[in-house]
Amino acid sequence: MTVDTPLAPGTARRRRARSTTSLTRSSGLGLGVALTWFSLLVLIPLALVVIQSIDGGWETFRQTLTNPQTAAALRLTVTQALVVTAINVVMGTLIAWVLVRDDFPGKRLLEVVIDIPFALPTIVAGLVLLSLYGPDSPLGVNVANTERSVFLALLFVTLPFVVRTVQPVLMELDRDVEEAAASLGASRFTTLRRIILPSLAPAITAGAALSFARGISEYGSLVLLSGNLPLKTEVASVRILTYIENGNEAAAASVATILLLVALAAIVLLQVLSSWVARRG
Amino acid sequence: MASRRAQPRTAGTYGRRALVIGYLFLLVIWPVALVVQKTFEGGLDNLRTALTDPVVTDALQLTVVVALWAVAINTVFGVGISLLLVRYEFPGRRVLSALIDLPLSVSPVVVGLALLLAYGGTNGTFGPALEDAGLQIAFATPGIVMATAFVSLPLVIREVVPVLHEIGTEQEQAAKSLGAGAWQTFRRITLPSIKWALVYGVVLSLARSLGEFGAVKIISGNVAQQTQTATLVVEQKYQDFEQGSAYATSFLLALIAVAALVVVTILRPKDDPDGD
Repeated sequence: MTVDTPLAPGTARRRRARSTTSLTRSSGLGLGVALTWFSLLVLIPLALVVIQSIDGGWETFRQTLTNPQTAAALRLTVTQALVVTAINVVMGTLIAWVLVRDDFPGKRLLEVVIDIPFALPTIVAGLVLLSLYGPDSPLGVNVANTERSVFLALLFVTLPFVVRTVQPVLMELDRDVEEAAASLGASRFTTLRRIILPSLAPAITAGAALSFARGISEYGSLVLLSGNLPLKTEVASVRILTYIENGNEAAAASVATILLLVALAAIVLLQVLSSWVARRG
Repeated sequence: MASRRAQPRTAGTYGRRALVIGYLFLLVIWPVALVVQKTFEGGLDNLRTALTDPVVTDALQLTVVVALWAVAINTVFGVGISLLLVRYEFPGRRVLSALIDLPLSVSPVVVGLALLLAYGGTNGTFGPALEDAGLQIAFATPGIVMATAFVSLPLVIREVVPVLHEIGTEQEQAAKSLGAGAWQTFRRITLPSIKWALVYGVVLSLARSLGEFGAVKIISGNVAQQTQTATLVVEQKYQDFEQGSAYATSFLLALIAVAALVVVTILRPKDDPDGD
């Protein structure tokens, strides 16, 4: 789905000589219109968030960060997003493996199931989880209003990311190399570690980055499930919303900027990790 | 792929299969099934109550109008920007290509905040000037359309760009050398080749647009029967202990999402070399 490998690698790989031309008059006009719309809709508003957050200087940042409620919300958000991303790296790769290498009746159905968390409105996702893991749970498991509800909601909404980035790479992977390794006496574990994982590493990283970014920014699925209890189940997005509702836009912008920075740091860190794994293989 | 079926099935194969199915059953399949079950607990009563409640029907109507606008804008913008990114060379092309993905990793709440800072009626950067000119964006339909267009912006582009790379430019150049104009080349050559990717992108945008919640909650003001969308009604009904209506509205939204997914799965046969 939409979470397949980002545009950049494909662009670099497939770029052909002489397939692009410089701008003509009409395409230049088109570019102007497109850029204006993109700036008005995305770039200027987002820039205003960053500007608003640094407007009050370092002081607003410090005050916001040292507010115990906000600090707890940020800690909870980042921790849960990390744990969920780690699980997605393992389970997502395993699911992709089964979907590509295994064959059984109902596999097409599982393909649809993987995409449901992406297509389902987030508020509905919360309601869906509440019906099995809420107060009326037929399993007798009630996570509503606890920390585990945040974990569960993030696990649900980030399910497709690693699966959908790893799956296409696994499909293209050359089986001959694995067979050659096996015929040369490599054990299944060695083949996995030396052949398969290094080629999957960039895709797993891309999926993990998307999953983490989505995790720290999640809001809708938590509204009904977590109860937004201060210092306990309140996440960063909810803090931003509370600040907006109280008219404190500078503090809201500070938390938003911190979230953007954390996402950026995670993407860079994972990129470094991925190239290290790929080099070792 | 000839060796695909030759791989022996070991205990590990079945173990992995069972683990994956069990995980997906507990995380997705069972919870979704329960919502369907709860919707129809009293027969069709819940759906009937919801669909005769003007708060719900007004919200559904607004959601459809907003989603159609957002999808239309994103389709035109998406195809245009994809063609520019793939077919033309201009300074900053790579930066733009990276920035296009930005909306996917921004929290919906931050999207709402950003639009409010730019277009808020009292202290937004452009809001007061626009309102003097008679255009209200925040707490009105244009703001909801913008928030929805923001969050679903990259979806069409991400589907169309790889296909444009794949098909190359030979046919387009042939058409041009035979005297076809730019519009004719696009309509007769380019559009047919990107058709399926475009349909896929549009379906995804539609599903995403119908379901946006956080960004819309902030920019819309959430006034029942005026600026309240379907997802906001689900929250309100649930918190007002009208669970039946909440489940019924959720069911309708989930139905559209799953229908869109099934359409998409049918439309992309080439992703699955098994052909099963």
